[in-house]
Amino acid sequence: MHRFANPARFLRLARLIQPWTAAAMFACFGVGLYLALVASPIDYLQRDTVRIMYIHVPAAWMAMQTYAVIAVASLVSIVWRHPLADVAARAAAPIGVAFTAICLITGSLWGKPTWGTWWVWDARLTSVLVLLFIYMGYMALWSAFDDRQRAARAAAVLALVGAVNLPIIKFSVDWWNTLHQPASILRRGGPTIDPSMLKPLAVMGLAYLFFFITVLLMRMRADLAAQRLEAAAERRVMAQEVPA
Amino acid sequence: MLRLLTRELRLAWVERSGGAIALIFFLIVVSLFPFAVGPQPQVLARIAAGVVWVAALLACLLSLERLFQPDAEDGTLEQLVTHGLSFEAIATAKIIAHWLTTALPLLLLTPLAAILLNAPAASWGLLAAGLALGTPALSAIGGVAAALTVGLRRGGILISLLVLPLAVPTLIFGVGLLDPLAGVAALKWLAATTLVALSVSPFAAAAGLRAALE
Repeated sequence: MHRFANPARFLRLARLIQPWTAAAMFACFGVGLYLALVASPIDYLQRDTVRIMYIHVPAAWMAMQTYAVIAVASLVSIVWRHPLADVAARAAAPIGVAFTAICLITGSLWGKPTWGTWWVWDARLTSVLVLLFIYMGYMALWSAFDDRQRAARAAAVLALVGAVNLPIIKFSVDWWNTLHQPASILRRGGPTIDPSMLKPLAVMGLAYLFFFITVLLMRMRADLAAQRLEAAAERRVMAQEVPA
Repeated sequence: MLRLLTRELRLAWVERSGGAIALIFFLIVVSLFPFAVGPQPQVLARIAAGVVWVAALLACLLSLERLFQPDAEDGTLEQLVTHGLSFEAIATAKIIAHWLTTALPLLLLTPLAAILLNAPAASWGLLAAGLALGTPALSAIGGVAAALTVGLRRGGILISLLVLPLAVPTLIFGVGLLDPLAGVAALKWLAATTLVALSVSPFAAAAGLRAALE
């Protein structure tokens, strides 16, 4: 793992991979959006609104996956003090927020025509909302410190505490929901999903995944470049302060 | 560690500020609800438990900012560490002290809050039991957030942002205790949530303190 602790080696690798992931992303989005918005069948109950699913469901997957990435990166950061793990965790957080927000917004837009309301305190909606709050707290903690090292440590601890807590929150919200709302809301379809809808969904899921990887690499590179600029600026100031 | 705990309690007694302010805050928040939702006794009785829990949660947040901050500023924290006390022990003592000085007085005030909100007398015991079982988790989570934000100028608001989402399970199970059907299950889950919080938080808070002193 420490092979990639060297930022220069990571940057070389990232520069090599990134065009490919970007190309894969564009290809998947192209095919996926065509399949999802044009070629896939309409739902016999929901008509065209079912197409929101192809945007909504992958966003929900990625919202959780991104938190998992942050948690793993934080663990690596705490245990091995791997310098790139902090960069990765920090770079992933805003992407996760974006996925979570997309999930909530499209879910709300989907809920209006199908459930007749923008928002219900449904178990899944509620736990995604709490996830959004945790993301925001995590990012706020990152930006609260002037000292980057300190911010990285604190954020990593918080990410792990959140990772321990997320299943508990998920469970408690499910429990609370069954307590308060005996299935009064019409839920989508049956447990099975038609293959004609599964394929576009899978392609869209891949597109989201490649989007995540591409943007993560971009953000990590930008972060490393910013750190180098800062260090260079500091050196320049130090050089000026030395009496001639 | 015990000496640190007694020191904390003595300090809280001498300063006599944090805990009392939290209590007054708790009562004010509780009494705001009748103004906001109307004074009808049935409405108030319906929401009483939830209101008391939310008010207790908010009141617990108030004193968190000062949990480690003064000791970090005047160097006490470093002294304690050089004297061989582990970060984990310091964090544990602080969390216990926070519970004793903030949550315990709140517990004693719950009957008063319940009367103000016209909660049925039968529910007082369950409300107090839920708070007694749940507030240690709030102190523990709060201790972690306080340790992570030591040294920040505006740590208080950040602490709230970090604590509140993590306190959701405690709130759910604590209020669930009053449900006639799910009460027993809620009691067990509340206890489990508190145990998890208590067992994880000293280590997480210690990691936060260690990062602060590095």
